[in-house]
Amino acid sequence: MSKALLYDATMCIGCKQCEVACAEQNKLPYDDKVAAESVQSEHKYTVVMTKNDKFMRRLCMHCEHPACASACPVGAFHKTKEGPVVYDVWKCIGCRYCMVACAFAQPKYEWHSLNPRVRKCIMCPDRVVAGKQTACAEICPTGATKFGDRDDLIKEAQDRIRQNPSTYLPRIYGLHEVGGTCVLILSSVNVEEYGYPASNKIGDTPMPEYTGRVMEKIPDFIPVWSLVLGGIYWISHRRQEVAAAETAERVEDEGNRSKG
Amino acid sequence: MKIKLTFWRVVFIVIMGMGLYSTFVRYSHGLGAVSNMSDRFPWGLWIGFDCLCGVMLAAGGFCVIGAVYLFNIQRLHSVVRPAVLTAFLGYLLFIVGLLFDLGRPWYIWHQLIYMNPHSVMFEVGMCVMAYTTVLFFEFLPNVLERFNLKAPIRWIKRIYAVLVVLGILLSTLHQSSLGSLYLIMPSELHPFWYTPALPFLFFGSAIAVGLAMTIFESTQSAKAFGRHLELPVLVELGGALLVALWVNALLRFEDYFHRSLLGQIIKPSYEAYFLWLELALAFVIPISMLSFKKVRLSPNGLYLASVISLLGFITNRLNVSLIGFETYVGHHYIPKWTEFSVTLMIIAMGFALFGVAVKHLPIFPQENHVVEQRVRTKPEPLVGTVVLGHAGD
Repeated sequence: MSKALLYDATMCIGCKQCEVACAEQNKLPYDDKVAAESVQSEHKYTVVMTKNDKFMRRLCMHCEHPACASACPVGAFHKTKEGPVVYDVWKCIGCRYCMVACAFAQPKYEWHSLNPRVRKCIMCPDRVVAGKQTACAEICPTGATKFGDRDDLIKEAQDRIRQNPSTYLPRIYGLHEVGGTCVLILSSVNVEEYGYPASNKIGDTPMPEYTGRVMEKIPDFIPVWSLVLGGIYWISHRRQEVAAAETAERVEDEGNRSKG
Repeated sequence: MKIKLTFWRVVFIVIMGMGLYSTFVRYSHGLGAVSNMSDRFPWGLWIGFDCLCGVMLAAGGFCVIGAVYLFNIQRLHSVVRPAVLTAFLGYLLFIVGLLFDLGRPWYIWHQLIYMNPHSVMFEVGMCVMAYTTVLFFEFLPNVLERFNLKAPIRWIKRIYAVLVVLGILLSTLHQSSLGSLYLIMPSELHPFWYTPALPFLFFGSAIAVGLAMTIFESTQSAKAFGRHLELPVLVELGGALLVALWVNALLRFEDYFHRSLLGQIIKPSYEAYFLWLELALAFVIPISMLSFKKVRLSPNGLYLASVISLLGFITNRLNVSLIGFETYVGHHYIPKWTEFSVTLMIIAMGFALFGVAVKHLPIFPQENHVVEQRVRTKPEPLVGTVVLGHAGD
């Protein structure tokens, strides 16, 4: 069963412990300067944002049908059966199609490196495979970020909304968006206010379907189009041959007639 | 031998100098130092112009090959060689451009071993690789003829039908797939340009551009090399261009009509201005011009109409790849001067290589001696004379 993270923004106290744990887990630099940065970058995979004394966390959504994995020409991204969407740096050629393809703008780039890598939250795959929680979930003092089975977390989120309808907006962001994600968000204000793409804009269709509809026709298109092109070639050249043969015949006929 | 400094030569040297400086910065300090690309704008001018426009401008090769060899329209035979040369150079330079843009270009060969068949980018990569090989064989007879090697020419002639069909098949696939690349971004690309019809629009416009580009490069070579202009050929291409522009315009209209955007596109907005510019240059002006028989029969009129429509389709590609993302990103992307300089350098290389090829290879066979004579008596600068249809970059 696929693992997931449930982030409940109403329980978040903005302590940024998740940022610290994430940096530690991924061997990234972390100091006051990095802590003050309010955007994700190649050295900050997750960020806790503050707006009107309310907090919101951002990280890779770990889509059930990730656009990055479908877009990558060398398959450097793939979705593991445990849930995390991971990156194999040794395959990457640096085309950055993943970055433009991601509806959540999660992949970041090492713009100043000479052998740049794409960077994003990979949901601590080693820990998850070993049966442990992600670093951010483990350290979270209030349980705002909770790790578990996706289905269980969905049930829990629904229960929380049911029990405290005045606290929560009646939606779980990530439940259906782009076909579902492994990061689920509960909040009292719209996540869109913190830069998340609007649900109605990204829709419930998995992003890979938009290109898949075209790509799946290619195996049929190649033989059909080759035959059509070959046919045109044959007909247009055959006409020329026939015309030449007819002219030759006529010349021969006329020659015979003048002889006779 | 003394090399005379002329205006165009100086321009060429300046462009190459700036380009080489940017190349140095690119490979010594990384993409961030040389460009204004960022996490918010991961694709910039090099994808928008060098790749998208480059491949589009090299479409003349498959259009002319298709007309002459597939449909057996022999009257257009004289434009085949320059068109194939343009296409071949265009794709080579496209690959050069890619080596700048890719973050890890030394792993470009991974494309061949780590394949992801779901990726549009994978399909584009494979097709471009294969088509460049096809173009190499279509171009090779020029070189073989130059060195009087008859046997290999016969071998290539024997497989020419396969090359023709393969070349057009691959062009159909990757010209349209460059549009399909953007299908995965329905929430990011502005609705004026995001449409499920993107692959069809990209392919349709590639044909129009191929025709316009052939008119452009034929006229330019005539001017540059003092060749006799084959007006009947241009007139025929101009007629085809008019039809292609109409078909493209109708496709665009249909698309906006079915997505009920006709009301929106006439309302002024940031995107609308760029759309109007694109539609005016690609369709309104050239179609109006070419509708006059007088224009269709005049070399200057044909040339002007072609150049305007080329600018229109270049605007289209830049709208799709850059302008269409600005509202979503909430940030304007203006390329750094070093990005421009690399693009300019690649274009200049295209012009120079075209000139070298025309000078040394039988690209315009019937009048080869005339060209040589002219070059000998009047040592024109290579770059100055060659303001030619280079294509890609």
